[in-house]
Amino acid sequence: MLLPRRTTLLGGAALAAGAAAPFAPAQAQLTIDMSRPTFEPVPIAVVDFSGDRVGADMANVIRNDLQNCGLFRSISPSAFVQKDINATAPPRFPEWRSIGAAGVVVGSIQSVGGGIKVDFRLWDVVVGQQATGLSFTSQQSNWRRLAHIIADAIYKRVTGEEGYFDTRIAYVGESGPGNARVKRIAVMDQDGANNRYITDGKTIAITPRFSPTLQEIVYMAYPDGRGAPRVFLQNVDSGRRELLGNFPGMSFAPRFSPDGSRVVMSIAENGQSDIYEMDVRGRGLRRLTNSPAIDTSPCYSSDGSQIVFNSDRGGAQQLYVMSASGGGERRISFGSGRYATPVWSPRGDWIAFTKISSGGFGIGVMRPDGGGERMLASGFLVEGPTWAPNGRVLAYFQGQPSSAGRAGAVTLHQVDITGRFDRQIPTPTDASDPAWSPLIPQ
Amino acid sequence: MKILKAFAAMAALFVMAACSNTNNENANAASTTVTPGSVADFRQNVGDRVFFDTDQSTIRQDGRDVLNRQAEWLKKYTNYQITMAGHCDERGTREYNLALGERRANAAKQYLVAQGIPASRIQTISYGKERPDPVGSDEAAWARNRRAVTELQ
Repeated sequence: MLLPRRTTLLGGAALAAGAAAPFAPAQAQLTIDMSRPTFEPVPIAVVDFSGDRVGADMANVIRNDLQNCGLFRSISPSAFVQKDINATAPPRFPEWRSIGAAGVVVGSIQSVGGGIKVDFRLWDVVVGQQATGLSFTSQQSNWRRLAHIIADAIYKRVTGEEGYFDTRIAYVGESGPGNARVKRIAVMDQDGANNRYITDGKTIAITPRFSPTLQEIVYMAYPDGRGAPRVFLQNVDSGRRELLGNFPGMSFAPRFSPDGSRVVMSIAENGQSDIYEMDVRGRGLRRLTNSPAIDTSPCYSSDGSQIVFNSDRGGAQQLYVMSASGGGERRISFGSGRYATPVWSPRGDWIAFTKISSGGFGIGVMRPDGGGERMLASGFLVEGPTWAPNGRVLAYFQGQPSSAGRAGAVTLHQVDITGRFDRQIPTPTDASDPAWSPLIPQ
Repeated sequence: MKILKAFAAMAALFVMAACSNTNNENANAASTTVTPGSVADFRQNVGDRVFFDTDQSTIRQDGRDVLNRQAEWLKKYTNYQITMAGHCDERGTREYNLALGERRANAAKQYLVAQGIPASRIQTISYGKERPDPVGSDEAAWARNRRAVTELQ
């Protein structure tokens, strides 16, 4: 596959830059301070890209990415005043100000040697100059990825944070009757496009987790016949699958280390579940906990030096942090209720978790020392947080109650770290256990 | 009148037993008689499952009664291998429930071993909350889902 090659579009500063209109007080700015808890969505106009039949589709992908992240409001093209906008010349800023846009995105596509060259610019309508611009060459079939990469560049320019649109989500696709659900691993683009299944559904496969470095996942699957469920490693693109360790007891709850070289998991034996670390290449196994309790759902810290996990060693399930080589275990959750599925943010600043209390299930975050706990989502059953690679957005799954023998609906959701913006991620079937990929290598 | 009531109750039992047979290949739906030593005999006359309290894996008294009957039956019919399958209700996280189901399966296995069933005859598996039976989200369904089921092979 010809990967997108990018060059920064220099120049192109607007002729009108010096003559920028005085800011009207109500005019939205083309910047978002992510540390401020109350921000308004930035109104942005994305014009259909010119020069190729995929131009309108690319603009749609960009609009959806920006709108769905909650930080932008995509202005409907039917409201655009300037219809003759040129992809390289500055737009007529007053006409875009008149519809309330803070930014205008334009792009053009040219055929070059069997592929396409895409130029895009983000114009800051408020100050009247180019905010950012990039140029890519790639195969035309990569147009979706190019659109996500452009949306990421816009997100980064406006928020100062890395984007997360050029990513995938692995999850468990669920279908069939409640007492005999088919559960198979699916992978799709972050926006729901290109959905496909990478296990056949003959046996239950659950808890997929992405490698932070490669397009590989680990997950647990039941055997076809007798034997314990085991952990598998599978390449998302090639489909190549390997068994990670053949233990007498069930191995489950796998998760990669930040550098992708190790997998931490639980192995159950005689009613006791402990945490082990496996070296992916050499398959060396190291035991990290040894308690009669249930120790599971381990997850490395973003720097790889520590592991957070849940354990019922103190009675009810709580969160504990230990050294990545085992030892030094200390409890970090002290609120009422049971705490589970801790997941360290890739930025290192938060640990997301599932909390179970008498009122139901919730998704929350706390600081790695256990402080600053706040809840982001709640419901009859919400579970399984996973971080987008920028550590500012999470996905989780939500189950509705079953009734009259019918399984309740199970859906994927995303929520930003403030908990303000929550939306359902569309999937072709019921869906659980989301796992966000890293940014796809370019 | 009393006799009539008793008869009605018996008829109801008869119908329920017949219904529970419909999943078994060897069962004759027209009567409650099953072949001694068959899987249907085990399920119907011994009981194939025991139940647990919330977040617990201790075998309750009602479970001990069932497992005692299972042990007697399994000593008589030694041709079966056993898979002890542990399950949970839906009110826990997926991974924790896998571990809890394994703990329940292991507790039931150890009880049978203590009654003289060789450990080599029994393997355990956990389904966590992945295989609810019955499907439901009320106290009654959850109580039935916190279970260890003795599957015969």
